[in-house]
Amino acid sequence: MRILLIDDSKTMRNIQKSILKQLGYTEIEEACDGQDALSKVGAFKPDLCLVDWNMPVMDGLTFVKNFRQSDKTTPLIMVTTEAEKSRVIDAIKAGVNNYVVKPFTPDLLSERITETLAKCGVAG
Amino acid sequence: MDPTYISAFVTSIQNVFSTMFQLPVEIGEPSIKTDRAMTHDVSGIIGVSGSMVGTIVLSMPSETASSVVSLFTGMEMETDSADFADAVGEIVNMISGGAKASFQRKDVSISCPSVVIGSGHIVSSQSGTPCVLIPCTTDCGEVVIEVSLREAVEESSTVSTAA
Repeated sequence: MRILLIDDSKTMRNIQKSILKQLGYTEIEEACDGQDALSKVGAFKPDLCLVDWNMPVMDGLTFVKNFRQSDKTTPLIMVTTEAEKSRVIDAIKAGVNNYVVKPFTPDLLSERITETLAKCGVAG
Repeated sequence: MDPTYISAFVTSIQNVFSTMFQLPVEIGEPSIKTDRAMTHDVSGIIGVSGSMVGTIVLSMPSETASSVVSLFTGMEMETDSADFADAVGEIVNMISGGAKASFQRKDVSISCPSVVIGSGHIVSSQSGTPCVLIPCTTDCGEVVIEVSLREAVEESSTVSTAA
């Protein structure tokens, strides 16, 4: 299982990476913004992406819209401080499969990852 | 400033500190910041744009910031390192995002955080916009949130995308 973490905060990527490793996922690539992520998806071929919204250069929503033009199936989870209902709706319309609001507990993120992979039929 | 905005920040800092650091936060009496008052050594700053404009600052003495960052990241860091600033920025980002969600307004955006580290620095709010200081006490030390927000006047209302 290859997982791409997209967040401009190294701290947040480290926290998510630590949770993923506890879940047994070790093939993890990191990107610091949407543009960086788009440049890495071709070679890395992620099975799951965790995407922040607020990032410089290219935000998470723009990444999702771009990514979904060529990949309709890889599960995407938005992990963000953007908690308004309208933002969640925008993200789902753009193609995210699940949504996690920061701050989150390790248990919550783990649950959402497991739930998303099951819903999308991806073997964890 | 609408008092509910202050309540939103109180709830948000308590939520962030309890969820991410398992740290209870005791809230003191909010007050109006006087001009040119110094902040603590470490300030995380977020800009607000859209139908509301202003700044949100999370300010802490460096010892407090070191303890909080250590709880957040699970490691000790030098206060002049990029990773330390990154962690402080992410904390103020989570506090601001959580508070913004309770404003019940669709068109308010927050910027990516900036972090200033150094004793004696001053973070000024926009002229004519009151700044409310919310003092907080934690087991790691004192933390202050400075909230300086106002309704945008139409001509200066620039709705940035949620970057």
